[in-house]
Amino acid sequence: MAQTKAAKSDTILFAAPQSLEDVPLHYCPGCGHGIVHRLIAEVVDKLGIADRTVCVASVGCSAINYLYFKFDGLESSHGRAPASASGIKRCRPDLIPFTYQGDGDLAAIGTAEIVHACARGENITVFFINNAIYGMTGGQMAPTTLVGMHSTSTPGGRNPALAGYPIKVCEMLSTLEGPAYIARVSIYNPAQVRRAKQAIELAFRTQLAGLGLALVEVLSPCPVGWGVEPVQAMDWLVEHMLPQYPLGEYKVTEAVQALKEVKGHA
Amino acid sequence: MAKRVLMSGNIAAAEGAILAGCHAFFGYPITPQNDLLEHMSRRLPPLGRIFVQTESELSAINMVLGASAAGFRAMTSTSGPGFSLQQEGISYMAGMELPAVIVDVMRAGPGLGSIGGAQGDYFQATKGGGHGDYRVLTLAPASAQEMMDLTMLAFELADKYRNPVVVLADGFLGQAMEPVAMREPVAELPGKPWAITGARGRPKNVLNSLELEPADLEPRMQALVQKFEMMRQNEVRYESLDLDDASMAIVAYGSASRSAMTAVHMARQEGLRVGLLRPISLFPFPYQALSDLAQRVDDFLVAELSFGQLVEDVRWAVGPNHRVELVNRLAGVRLSAEEILEAIRKMAR
Repeated sequence: MAQTKAAKSDTILFAAPQSLEDVPLHYCPGCGHGIVHRLIAEVVDKLGIADRTVCVASVGCSAINYLYFKFDGLESSHGRAPASASGIKRCRPDLIPFTYQGDGDLAAIGTAEIVHACARGENITVFFINNAIYGMTGGQMAPTTLVGMHSTSTPGGRNPALAGYPIKVCEMLSTLEGPAYIARVSIYNPAQVRRAKQAIELAFRTQLAGLGLALVEVLSPCPVGWGVEPVQAMDWLVEHMLPQYPLGEYKVTEAVQALKEVKGHA
Repeated sequence: MAKRVLMSGNIAAAEGAILAGCHAFFGYPITPQNDLLEHMSRRLPPLGRIFVQTESELSAINMVLGASAAGFRAMTSTSGPGFSLQQEGISYMAGMELPAVIVDVMRAGPGLGSIGGAQGDYFQATKGGGHGDYRVLTLAPASAQEMMDLTMLAFELADKYRNPVVVLADGFLGQAMEPVAMREPVAELPGKPWAITGARGRPKNVLNSLELEPADLEPRMQALVQKFEMMRQNEVRYESLDLDDASMAIVAYGSASRSAMTAVHMARQEGLRVGLLRPISLFPFPYQALSDLAQRVDDFLVAELSFGQLVEDVRWAVGPNHRVELVNRLAGVRLSAEEILEAIRKMAR
């Protein structure tokens, strides 16, 4: 294990998070899931909640991500993770369930579940990975696919006359009373990775404080689905996704704001 | 003697669930099961239990899935169209080996159909219903008393087999008021070491149905097959009425069996040697009991509120050397004892 090797030196400067299993991830080269998994594990470690955390997976590339965390895990059917996580949380308020959903899962087939989990203010945490494509099934149009963007099911580029417009999840959900914290982050450079981690931590702390639903959207690269090299994928994300999906906090209730201002926290 | 209370079948099912330790109810309004959901909204919160009216039956079944995964007894109730939506979640729970109770208060269909009582969800409930290879235990109450008792049994069997159990009722049973002898609450619930309770002092628990390698999935599915076989061996339930000297047997379940009982009494008064076999478990179906009965009974008359679903299982059970006929009504129309009696007379001629 990475920790064991690192322990041989006098000072540990960098090690794998305790909550991450020491197994190879199945994701493609340049995929953003690995980074987000690591950030979640780091935050769970920092907050000391691994023995209460539950990963509720979704359907898509991250369908088996419970294999990569050391805490309890649950499969869910396509789009329904917020409902299953709510079922857990309602019965066991001391557990910390989070859902981990892609754009097809959350913003297409699971729109009813996420909208109403938000409307009810379910005290769960939602990580929404937006890479503007269906990765798992081979690169078809996602609800977040950009206008004009090529996919295997929009061969001439997404044409709004035929295929409609991309859904802006944070903007849409932040109109609801129920959610406590909604933010969009990205991971295209180290500074953004740090900001993403801060948002992930605040999302967990929102649930720990019982303040309601927290959702963090992560703009994430899919080099294989986009047909570009991993490094270029980061540039593509900045150039094409950021203008459509501006980063920032879309909803921060007063209680969450107060939580943010607690010294020593994100 | 237990206290007897007048209540509708739907409310009897709700009270049975409460007695069985159901911790969480998730549901969506649909006629003719609304009073079950409404009753739960009043009864559960004061007990410190969970009631959520969801945005759809899909969401309801997946909340049941989450609550069940967390180790709690949980249920939903619905009717035909909602039951269809829930097949996805039921299939997942069968694959994940999660207990759950689903009360389907059947209405007429297909499609939006009508809100009258019917039995058209028989195939859906007994043959799998959703995608993939699986079965759910299906119990068919025939009175408000059984709405309570079989709902309680459903929770017990769901935990015993770690599998969803369907209580297959219908609009007539759900709405009719009958006296119900109250039962004692279940004192002790089974432990669930497999549940998601937080990985504290134990390795993590994962609940899933997915295996990417066929070689890994096949043994899991074989284990399911063995479990369904155990159900077939251990959980067949049925009731016999006046079959000892019978030359003709009526087969009916649920509210149709109530008319059939009356028809049997009327036929007996006319000197016709008729009896009734009432399946209580629809999966597992009492094939053997019917097959044994076929050794000494010539004719079978199937009374059902669907266009010929139960009759297929009866034909399968008794084989090609017996007359098997169907008397039925559709679309929420009541099947009267007189209509069944007329069919008996016709068959006896």
